[in-house]
Amino acid sequence: MRVLVVDDSKTMRNIVKGILGTIGATAIEEAGDGQDALSRVDAFKPDVILLDWNMPVMDGITFVRAYRAKNKTTPIIMVTTEAEKTRVMEAIQAGVNNYAVKPFTPESLSKVIETTMAKAAAKKAA
Amino acid sequence: MNMDVRHINAFLEATKAVFDTMIKLPVTFEKPELGTRKEQYDVSGVIGLSGDVVGSVIVGFTRMSAVQIASAFAQTRLEVGTADFADAIGELANMIAGGAKAKFEGQAVSIGCPSVIIAPSHQISSPSNAASICIHCNTAAGRFTIDVAIQSSTKAQTSPAATASNGTKSAIPAGTPA
Repeated sequence: MRVLVVDDSKTMRNIVKGILGTIGATAIEEAGDGQDALSRVDAFKPDVILLDWNMPVMDGITFVRAYRAKNKTTPIIMVTTEAEKTRVMEAIQAGVNNYAVKPFTPESLSKVIETTMAKAAAKKAA
Repeated sequence: MNMDVRHINAFLEATKAVFDTMIKLPVTFEKPELGTRKEQYDVSGVIGLSGDVVGSVIVGFTRMSAVQIASAFAQTRLEVGTADFADAIGELANMIAGGAKAKFEGQAVSIGCPSVIIAPSHQISSPSNAASICIHCNTAAGRFTIDVAIQSSTKAQTSPAATASNGTKSAIPAGTPA
């Protein structure tokens, strides 16, 4: 599983990378904001993108809209403190596949990732 | 002062969630008290709130508690003054503020960019009309303080800027809320 981790906090990226290491991630690429992610995503070809919402330069929701506008279907999981229902709905409408609220446990984030990947695999097989 | 007790509870719940979930460090709270923003910190993470709730939140530490707690959060030893240390303190403050504001039912609130201030015994001032509530928190890794100076607003306002001073201040931007 190839994972693009997009978060402006290096601490958070490191924590997420540690969790990804326990669930079989084979390659991890890091980006510090949405613009950085856009510049890396095509070359890296992730199987899933873990995306923070509030970041400098380009925030997560702007990244989602820009990425989906290119007809890209790679699953995106928003990993954020933005937990209000209106925010979750906004993210899903923009094209986010799943949502994990900070703070999270390793188990809860792993479950969200695995559920998302299973759904993506089922959709691909259909 | 126009501070809703539910807002204070939101900060207590958010702080407990962050420490229980991501730091695995149980936290206990002392009785919240009226603050005057005269408290002194060696390290503080500061975040402004705007929208239907305006004000600022400080997560303040002693130097030793900041190192211990930031290191526990980052799962590696961090040293004061490094970018990684500031990043961890900023993200900690961001998760507490973000978690709290998510509990402000029916109120549209945005949190600003966290700043991390590192200077011995600094104070952070707010506008004179902004009272604050101080919540002292205890963990096995040390004590810290959540200082909340917010009020509900019926119209969007710009959050008051917090300023730090002790003559030797240094402010390190720590990214934006996550």
